Amino acid sequence: MPVTHIKNNFKAPECDGDILAVNDLHFSYPDGHSALHGVSLKLCEGDKVALVGPNGAGKSTLMLHLNGILGGKGEVEIAGMRLNRDNLPAIRAQVGLVFQNPDDQLFSPTVFEDVAFGPLHMGLPEDEVRARVEAALDAVRMTSYRDRLSHHLSVGEKKRIAIATVLSMNPSLLVLDEPSAGLDPRARRTLINLLRDLPITMLVSTHDMKLVEELFPRTIVMDEGKVVADGLTMDILKDEALLNAHGLEKP
Amino acid sequence: MHFDAFDRYHDKESFLHRLDPRVKVVVTIVFILSNALLPDGAWLAFLTAWLFLLLANHLSKLGLGYSLKRSIIALPFALIAITVLFSIPGNPLTTLRFITWDFTITDAGLLRFVSILIRSWLSVQMAILLVAVTRFPDIIHALEHLRVPAVLTTIIAFLYRYLFVLTDEVFRLLRARESRSAAAIGTRSGGGVFWRAKVAGNMAGQLFLRSYERSDRIYNAMIARGYAGHLYTLNPHEMKSRDYYVTAFAVLIIFLMQVIGRF
Amino acid sequence: MYYSPTPLHIPDGFLSLIVSVICWVITVAILGVAVSKTNKALGEKQIPLMGVMAAFIFAAQMINFPVAGGTSGHMLGGALAAIVLGPWAGMLVMTAVVAVQALLFQDGGLLVMGANILNMGLVTAAIGYGLYRSVSGSSKGVKLGVIGVAAWLSVMAGALLTSLQLWLSGTSQLDIVIPAMLGVHALIGLGEALITVFAVAFIMQTRPDLLGEGSESAKGSRSWVFVGAIISLLVVLLSPLASADPDGLERVATDMGFINAGQSAPYEIIPDYTLPFLGETALSTIFAGVVGVVVVGIIILLVGRGMKAHS
Repeated sequence: MPVTHIKNNFKAPECDGDILAVNDLHFSYPDGHSALHGVSLKLCEGDKVALVGPNGAGKSTLMLHLNGILGGKGEVEIAGMRLNRDNLPAIRAQVGLVFQNPDDQLFSPTVFEDVAFGPLHMGLPEDEVRARVEAALDAVRMTSYRDRLSHHLSVGEKKRIAIATVLSMNPSLLVLDEPSAGLDPRARRTLINLLRDLPITMLVSTHDMKLVEELFPRTIVMDEGKVVADGLTMDILKDEALLNAHGLEKP
Repeated sequence: MHFDAFDRYHDKESFLHRLDPRVKVVVTIVFILSNALLPDGAWLAFLTAWLFLLLANHLSKLGLGYSLKRSIIALPFALIAITVLFSIPGNPLTTLRFITWDFTITDAGLLRFVSILIRSWLSVQMAILLVAVTRFPDIIHALEHLRVPAVLTTIIAFLYRYLFVLTDEVFRLLRARESRSAAAIGTRSGGGVFWRAKVAGNMAGQLFLRSYERSDRIYNAMIARGYAGHLYTLNPHEMKSRDYYVTAFAVLIIFLMQVIGRF
Repeated sequence: MYYSPTPLHIPDGFLSLIVSVICWVITVAILGVAVSKTNKALGEKQIPLMGVMAAFIFAAQMINFPVAGGTSGHMLGGALAAIVLGPWAGMLVMTAVVAVQALLFQDGGLLVMGANILNMGLVTAAIGYGLYRSVSGSSKGVKLGVIGVAAWLSVMAGALLTSLQLWLSGTSQLDIVIPAMLGVHALIGLGEALITVFAVAFIMQTRPDLLGEGSESAKGSRSWVFVGAIISLLVVLLSPLASADPDGLERVATDMGFINAGQSAPYEIIPDYTLPFLGETALSTIFAGVVGVVVVGIIILLVGRGMKAHS
């Protein structure tokens, strides 16, 4: 049975989980290390949600479950589809997962090839692939970078291209791992503006509490493989006891 | 990290830059092949080849002397051919004395030595020009078009992408080693050769593990975007009429070189 | 600045066409097997793994350690690549490294790339893996010792092959190039051996699973042991023989038809003016005519394609 935390009384916004519904997810790594103990959460169309918590809380592990890279015990539903072996390709097109290190995310020699990778592997025809690359680069305001070499980009540029590499798949959910890590103030500002303007549901794991305060109306706090709080960001940031208990700081 | 130290491509708007990469790769290989075919002492043919090279330099807008400036790279290897100076029978030109040995340079030996150097020097310049006017990813595309197995071109593409990332890691490791290699005044830093080799070996091991873990993360990033064991690529290049004409012209010139070299 | 061409990267111009072509044929044949073997056994993960490992070998070649008098030890990596990735994947990875060094840095030529891949990628991987495989199941100490010997021998094998190719091309004199190359590489090989041993020891300690049972490294066939043993034996026997009795080797080459026995200088092989297997006969004139016709045909074809692409 999932344990109910009654320590706090945050209420997740009313939502039936039309984009993402995770129910009682458990996962242990092959070495026996247990990472998720009954995680449940719901995301609806247009939600922009921050996922915070100390290192080792299970945030990254949870994210790897959202498109089936890891498969634990429990249910994951994306846009109404229950994740299983057969619909894995369809799910992966629905969930745009951007990894923390853009050097891992951008594995092709050129920007074009990287942004085209997703649509190409969805089996789309060439014209459609090219159109999607243009649209994705336009969405992150990097159209002029199409023919650039990935290793010539700055960290900030790499992060934006990394987002374009999943936008080109037209996902219904964008999942970002530490998008603002390692950015200088200007690149961080550009990224914040970009995330604010993107009209897409997103779940963003971060340690950057200022970013959380500025960008996300709703926050989910995880610790030790559990969701310990889920509610309006402004309420959660007011609860100093909660923040302290889970190694977080007020912005 | 100064990536320019590794990138040999020079961005310019030129005739050669715009050519299809296949044309450039094929012409470079045919040119080098032709050099290998030219007999020793075919001076006129060597001269023609050099003029061809100058024309290519000119068309690249990088300057007539561009490839020449960078071509010393193959020079150290000339040492390996030095023995032909003395060992081919012919009319003696001069004799060098080295301790107790006499080395007699013969005209035939000199002819062969100089011919080897010229061939090498011409060939390396064309290869230098190739990467200066062709972005490396386009060279990889050319190899794909030329039927190099996909496994190899894919490895090469990954190698190109990550050599910058990993050499960066190597330099961080080397710098960290240096900053810890302090020595008291008057003493040599570090232990013996064996100990230094161990440090270097551990570095290589560490780099291996980091690379291994990185390949895991890259794999995750790939499957997250639909990779399922088969790689798809777009055909980014199409041969235009100009590309065919240039190839025909280059083949003609190179053929003429061979004719000149044999008469 | 970071790049120092090593004596094993042969540039274009130093090998004759025939030797280059023969080396390409051997290399392509071996790589063909390697490609089909890896394609068959290819896990999805192998592609990014081999790609990043190629970058690893490239970068690891820059790790050096000061020896003495301004020289430094470093690693070629063929043995290491084969030991950690298995023989076929190791060969493909080394091939990619040699290809990029030639294409991007002109460190090694293009026409002679077949020879360079053979010397630095294929033989080194075969010998490194073969000897390593022969002691699978032994204690860690034995393994590391054998790895050291294998790494050293892999460099010596590469150097020996390079010398032979240079000699057969008429570029170097056998009785000088063999002792010179082997002498230098006996030292370079020590650097290779030390770095390889310490690198593998490090991996054994931190991630033993990568080299243990069930790893890619353990999957190579046992017949590699024979391959490794035979190449090692050749290196060990041929090197002193070639240094001590170059005439003997030349006699063999003459018998095999590599060297024109009629020539006063034995290493001046493959007369340049005619095709070697045809000789100075009317046949070679006819052949030249055929070549001319083929070239004209190619030119016409290209122009035709160009006109078609235009319309």
